[in-house]
Amino acid sequence: MYKIAKSNLPELYKAIAGSKELYLPLENAGQVNFGPWSEDCTPDIETLKSVKSPKDVFFPQSENLYTCQKEGKNIKIDPEKLKDQDFVVFGMKSCDVKGVEVLDKVFLADPIDTYYAARRDHGIIVAMACHEPEESCFCKVFGIDAADASSSIADVATWMIGEDLYWKPLTEKGEALTSELSGLLSSDGDENKVEEEKQAITAIINKLPYSDLSLEGWDGDHFEEKFNATNWEELYKPCLACGTCTFVCPTCQCYDIKDYNTGNGTQRYRCWDSCMYSDFTMMAHGNNRNSQMQRFRQRFMHKLVYFPTNNDGMYSCVGCGRCVEKCPASLNIVKVIKNFGGDK
Amino acid sequence: MSECTCHDKYSLDTLVPQIGIITDIRQETPDVKTFRVNAPEGGKLFEHMPGQCAMVCVPGVGEAMFSITSSPTNKEYQEFSIKKCGVLTDCLHSLEVGDQITVRGPYGNNFPVDTELKGKDLLFVAGGIGLAPLRSVINYVIDNRADYGTVDILYGSRSADDLVQLKEIQEVWCKTEGVNVHLTIDREQEGWDGHVGFVPSYLKELEFANDKTVLVCGPPIMIKFVLQGLKELGFENEQIYTTFELRMKCGIGKCGRCNIGSKYVCKDGPVFRYDQVEELPNEY
Repeated sequence: MYKIAKSNLPELYKAIAGSKELYLPLENAGQVNFGPWSEDCTPDIETLKSVKSPKDVFFPQSENLYTCQKEGKNIKIDPEKLKDQDFVVFGMKSCDVKGVEVLDKVFLADPIDTYYAARRDHGIIVAMACHEPEESCFCKVFGIDAADASSSIADVATWMIGEDLYWKPLTEKGEALTSELSGLLSSDGDENKVEEEKQAITAIINKLPYSDLSLEGWDGDHFEEKFNATNWEELYKPCLACGTCTFVCPTCQCYDIKDYNTGNGTQRYRCWDSCMYSDFTMMAHGNNRNSQMQRFRQRFMHKLVYFPTNNDGMYSCVGCGRCVEKCPASLNIVKVIKNFGGDK
Repeated sequence: MSECTCHDKYSLDTLVPQIGIITDIRQETPDVKTFRVNAPEGGKLFEHMPGQCAMVCVPGVGEAMFSITSSPTNKEYQEFSIKKCGVLTDCLHSLEVGDQITVRGPYGNNFPVDTELKGKDLLFVAGGIGLAPLRSVINYVIDNRADYGTVDILYGSRSADDLVQLKEIQEVWCKTEGVNVHLTIDREQEGWDGHVGFVPSYLKELEFANDKTVLVCGPPIMIKFVLQGLKELGFENEQIYTTFELRMKCGIGKCGRCNIGSKYVCKDGPVFRYDQVEELPNEY
């Protein structure tokens, strides 16, 4: 177990940024979101949740796929270069780390998305335990441990305890990063302190209002019962179809592919899209989900039934609670689960 | 820092298309054209199976999924029959021979021509542009005639002018032994001495033996009544195949658009047997 004084973290950031890109939670105009480190940035690792999940580090909100040039009748295609430099994401919480694991199931399934895969290959995840989980958190429901990222796909687990940050490498990538930073990390971190911190966090989690939600019946075997339930007819009504839930969500991966006219050809890019939008499934001969009820139902059926059916029971919700906090109509997956009787 | 070598294990991303050159355009009907596409250096862009689709794109205008209407037994080129009905298809219809487009694919599954359909008597039921995906199978079956039983093709459209591939139907399909073509149009028309009436009612009039394997594609309303007709004739869901068309962007089961239940039409379809269709939520 390693540790570093929190007062020394600016030095740590600088040291990492000296050889790699570093993404970390930054305060900007009153909001905290993950962004690239720079000399004059304002890191904020005390705020528990970034407004948007850090999924865009691996799956950017918008990214170029290739450029198309036209010369006379001829088309020339120039694929975008894949990520080829290592980078570090510092301070990801367990829910968001699990979110990446969910995205892996989508983007690394055959045929793999090479743009995403290259970022995963080069990304080093430094997870951070949630010092004080909040009321909107319900990661426990999905078997995620906010107190300890050791069994996740993270490369390093960290804990903020008192005036120190405790640091534990988990993978080869994590070990390599740790040895690069050996000048700043001392190896005398007290395991007992970390155990105490984990217990304290777990005690908070167990008292959170949504920690006991039950997911019983949310599986492929109950698909028809859930799909045909009349609950949706009432539940969806406040939905404004704004798509906020999908944009802040760590696992939502629906995307659009579009062309941007550069004046000198076109740039093919992909960007986040939302199944909540009315034109998402619209085509020349009609729209197969033409009511907001159907679109609302699709989002939750996908997260709680379809995704686990295809992925050995893994839900595509991680209980981060961002939709709980950000939905302007106070609609969210907790409400859905409760409405279906998941409130123990 | 050492040079990254991890990319060596990746092939070019499937979202990056190939360049295709239009080598022939046939005006099939007032609003349907068939485009022949080759690789710029000649030959086919890729190999495919009957029922598979590809993403066809005019850069800067749009990209959409179209069924490959030519048979894989055609070794020279691929063809797409495309109806003019939106921004991209309007633009495609304005293209000329020699113009380049981009194509990526093939995507999806295929009609089980080498397994479940083998040795069977086949009944194809198509309406309008719905013939496009079935044409690939029909020509595959004709080119491998010995592997299949009798073939019945029931094809209808609004008018005689809206029947696609009419030349091939008359000159090849009608003249192939063991292939029976039944054409129909919705309303009486001068110069048409064939059958008049909707596809589902003609299906019932023809009283097909219910031991055939059926492949159906057409407008949703036609499919609905064709299915009813087939049930009345004693056909089971397990004997009937269809192909779906939904909005798609990626073609590889990731962008989320064509997700119905736990299936992605682009990847798990577009071909489904009706007993599989019945298991899907009614969102297609």
